[in-house]
Amino acid sequence: MIGLLSHTLVGQTVQAPATGCQVTPGKVTGLCQAFNSLHIPVEYRTILPLLVLSIGALVLLVISAVLPKRSRPGLYPLLTVIISGLAAGASVFQWIDVGNHAATKAIGNQIFYDRFSVLFMLLISVATLFGALLSDSYLQREGLDGVEAYVLMLLASTGAMLMAASAGTIMLFLGLEIMSIALYVMTAYHRRRAASGEGGLKYFILGSFSSAIFLYGAALAYGATGTTQFDEMSVFLARTTLPNDGILLGGMALLIVGLGFKVAAVPFHFWSPDVYEAAPTPFTGYMAAVAKAAGFAGLFRVLLEGFHSQEANWRPAIWLIAVLTLLVGSVLAIAQRDLKRMMAYSSISQAGYVLIGLQSASSQGTAGALFYLLTYTFIIAGTFAVIGLVQGEGEARNDLGAIRGLGRRRPGLALVMLLFLLAQAGVPFTSGFLAKFYVIAAAVNRGQYALAIIGMLAAAIAAFFYLRVGLLMYSSPEVDETKEPTDGAALAGLRPIPGFDTPREPALSQGPGAVAASSDGDGAVALLAPPEGRVEIPFTVGITLAVCAAFTIFAGVSSPVLDFAKHATTYF
Amino acid sequence: MIAALLATPQPMSVHLAHASAWAVFAVGAVLILSGALGVVLLRNPVHCALMLVITLFGIALEFIDQSADFLAAVQIIVYAGAVVILFLFVIMFLGVDRRERFMREPFRGQKPLAVILGLITLAEILVLSRVGNWSTGQHGVAGDLNGPGENIQKLGQSIYTRYLLPFEMTSALLVIAVVATVVLARQQSRAPSELTKDEQAGVAAAAADKAEAKR
Amino acid sequence: MTGDPLFAHGLNLAVWIILVVKVIAVFAIVMVSVLFMVMYERWAVAWLGVRHGPNRAGPRGSLQSLADGVKLFFKEAFTPARADKVIYKAAPYIALAPAILAMSIVPFGGTITVAGHTTRLQLVDPPWGILFFLMCSGVAVYGIMLAGWSSGAKYSLLASVRASAQMVSYEAVLGLTIATVVVVTGSVHTSAIVAAQHGGFLWHWNIIHTALIPFALYSIAATAEITRAPFDLVEAEEEISGGFNMEYSSIGFALFYLAEYANLVVQAALITTLWLGGPDGPRIAGNSVGPLWFFIKVMVLLYIFIWIRATLPRVRYDQLMELGWKRLIPASLAMLMIVAGFQVGRWWGLAAFGGSLLGFALLLRAIDVGQDASAMEVQISADAEIPSGRGASS
Repeated sequence: MIGLLSHTLVGQTVQAPATGCQVTPGKVTGLCQAFNSLHIPVEYRTILPLLVLSIGALVLLVISAVLPKRSRPGLYPLLTVIISGLAAGASVFQWIDVGNHAATKAIGNQIFYDRFSVLFMLLISVATLFGALLSDSYLQREGLDGVEAYVLMLLASTGAMLMAASAGTIMLFLGLEIMSIALYVMTAYHRRRAASGEGGLKYFILGSFSSAIFLYGAALAYGATGTTQFDEMSVFLARTTLPNDGILLGGMALLIVGLGFKVAAVPFHFWSPDVYEAAPTPFTGYMAAVAKAAGFAGLFRVLLEGFHSQEANWRPAIWLIAVLTLLVGSVLAIAQRDLKRMMAYSSISQAGYVLIGLQSASSQGTAGALFYLLTYTFIIAGTFAVIGLVQGEGEARNDLGAIRGLGRRRPGLALVMLLFLLAQAGVPFTSGFLAKFYVIAAAVNRGQYALAIIGMLAAAIAAFFYLRVGLLMYSSPEVDETKEPTDGAALAGLRPIPGFDTPREPALSQGPGAVAASSDGDGAVALLAPPEGRVEIPFTVGITLAVCAAFTIFAGVSSPVLDFAKHATTYF
Repeated sequence: MIAALLATPQPMSVHLAHASAWAVFAVGAVLILSGALGVVLLRNPVHCALMLVITLFGIALEFIDQSADFLAAVQIIVYAGAVVILFLFVIMFLGVDRRERFMREPFRGQKPLAVILGLITLAEILVLSRVGNWSTGQHGVAGDLNGPGENIQKLGQSIYTRYLLPFEMTSALLVIAVVATVVLARQQSRAPSELTKDEQAGVAAAAADKAEAKR
Repeated sequence: MTGDPLFAHGLNLAVWIILVVKVIAVFAIVMVSVLFMVMYERWAVAWLGVRHGPNRAGPRGSLQSLADGVKLFFKEAFTPARADKVIYKAAPYIALAPAILAMSIVPFGGTITVAGHTTRLQLVDPPWGILFFLMCSGVAVYGIMLAGWSSGAKYSLLASVRASAQMVSYEAVLGLTIATVVVVTGSVHTSAIVAAQHGGFLWHWNIIHTALIPFALYSIAATAEITRAPFDLVEAEEEISGGFNMEYSSIGFALFYLAEYANLVVQAALITTLWLGGPDGPRIAGNSVGPLWFFIKVMVLLYIFIWIRATLPRVRYDQLMELGWKRLIPASLAMLMIVAGFQVGRWWGLAAFGGSLLGFALLLRAIDVGQDASAMEVQISADAEIPSGRGASS
């Protein structure tokens, strides 16, 4: 590739469109001198949150190496919370800073410094903060204490931020890999659960495959446009009509597939339920928020900045993916009897709405999608916080039965969970309603009526299973579960609720692995002793729940958050 | 890579004008393809690893052909000299160097399906390379290789200026790799009573060593 | 960096002939030096051990190694039944080839004019320069690994596993210390590295310019890389009864022997090139005698290698790994940083030095903490009763 470049460069002047510099062989003039001297300006403020997180991760590692082992159990989560808090603060500073200056590219044009990326930096910092808060009690409960989880979390967030800020496919791929590899390991983190290692391996193999596809797509896009930078691509495509755009379209398709995998869009979603089920619960929540947000950030960057002029080509594809994602996610979620698997399908379905926002390719759609991702971060963190509490030690019960009667045992917890479920269903006066409303409104404004209707239909289907969980929480606790044999049906712990017929599709709802995972070892024992009245809410989880719930209501009834999201689209 | 190889006629003839360059390219291509086929077709994992080395050598040759000397050297040093060595280390250490048997397939019909999919992919690539005509109107401005100065200097200049951030962030990837290895390889801590006799003996020996060292 | 003046006027028959002669010459140098080296070592070890050494074949036994070679070639070439035939046969050649190839980038000093054609006393000067040596040493592992594995014997296999881990570990040190040389001289070409050290005997040599420590690190790592005593765990007779070449006889064994000593000679030549100014030295009677100086330096280095072998006992495998990963790699990394810092400016260098000191303090502390943790376990297990009949846990 390099050789190919070199030969074409000889004797011709190359114009770098963005910088306006002249590069002739052996001589460089103009602004791009910076690229060819050994000093480039590194604007540290443009990557401040990223620096905070990555240096924080290194500090954590060093501290853990030089402190006596297991001296202070709460030290690492505390430090992680402080670090991610600092990162959030840095993002707020950036938000103001970007407001004062124009959006720019920075550090060798590798990243964008605009409100879009800053919004994601804030979102990711907050998700990391929640992740650390929730992990603390979980990891202590499971006896998995250690610094590695927090280091991995911080570095995964670094990668996610890179993805959001990336100004080219090189940076995007690097961020993708940093985030993904950390997430693979986090999935396999629970060493005593066989399912955890298995899920990690599945995620790793499929994820590597999707990374390879992404890379191939990036290479083809580079071949077609001659650049890896999104803005240069867009400039090139705007002023050039390609006689044959097969390579370009192939590259674009592969890029969409690679990123679609990360956001678990149908038909690239197959890993998602297994991995969500396998990962330690707080990590699942973190993953659902951060990986999805970063993947969508990448999709927005690629499609709306790089291939903006190719809108006519990619919008139908995204349309199809959005429709599939919405319907498959919602319908399959109904069939689930495992809470985490159900939330996995639910999050697939939620991704569909963000895709609607993307498909409309307008600033309104982008604002809606950003708002959606922002609110979803809080909702999903809260939801998995509750699941982590009710599942009991060793993730003994992830089935729907675990949550039955929660309303009687812990009314407050049940109420908060209900709030999150309603928000995901899109009930008014929650953030979920506004989010769905805005993306669908954006679709309608672009004349995508069919898509809007399908979105609403999917919301109606999804409401069914959200409400089912809600009802289950307020139905009477199980009476004689201890006497039932522990076969598959009893494992599910699900009794048909009056008025609802529960579909049971073994192939889809619970693979054999799932049953085995919940019945092995002392899991079966814990199943026989229902965790009644023993749901303790640790302080850290309580704080998280309170913040998430407050935000969900706040964003649902007032407009500042939405305005915030709207401002983030100004770059486009 | 394969697409680039197959899409030879129009664009590559530009810079493979010299017959020697063509010859090197052809040898490299043959090495790459035969090595890759060997990796897939041979049954003994050690033989497969060795075929992978041949592929890597072929890729290094292609790098040389495109005057990317440093990449060629690194390709050999890192991949052939370290990565595949560690593959072999694991294969030999775990004693999995027996011939694999593919009599029982985990998924029925997996093999023909794989062959068909592979053929479809190949056909797609061929079609793309013929029809697509690799329309490129703009070439990157990363740097000029044919000017004065050494290849390695130019590469270094490019990496430490324009691609500084990607280069630095790669370190995050490496940190993750180290931490991940620790997480995945570390056995869960066990109580002393759970140790085997051998392990207890080892621990005691280590303690004796340390005590002696202190004295 | 301009190329060899030999190619200045294009290729013609004379140039081709000179090239071929040069190729043969380098090959011959390696072979002859190996024959000599074997004798040199036996004499030196005997002298150090107050023995006579070989004294039958030829004058003072100087034809002993030739006699050994002839004897080896007439032995039966035996192939074990469980061997992987092809790889078993190929492994000795795979071991020998990189050793000889690496010699091709060594500049022996100055230029020579033959029939109007001026050429360097260096076979090739590729654009990747010293990296070529790293390539060769990276590939050199394959010979030993494959020999041990393909023999189909347990001890050989153990040697294979040992070899791979050892060589990969120490290659990092080689690379990092060579990087310090490249930073100081500003080029990867061996000819440029030598040219940069030219003039002022010793004063301009890299051994001084990089403050001695990288040289020491490199020499230790090089000893380990060629699996020479005291790092010869790959062929530890007492532990794995000869190791990777246990099953080999006749030509196969001879080739391994050749490869081993060729590696030694090449390493000595490269240490000379990288750190000791190559052919640099005072003129004698107005004549530049680069090759002579080069030869003297190599001889001294070879003697030191022999001396080490005769003196030091073999290290244990865990000691080998600890030395590599906990001492040499951090030290060479720190030295690279410090040397690079001083290239930029004095304050950068001092900052790198301070940072390295801090890093070392943290590293020592971390090692201490790790050992304390294992010591705690020991304490517990010493108190605990030894359980009976519990198998190895998963």
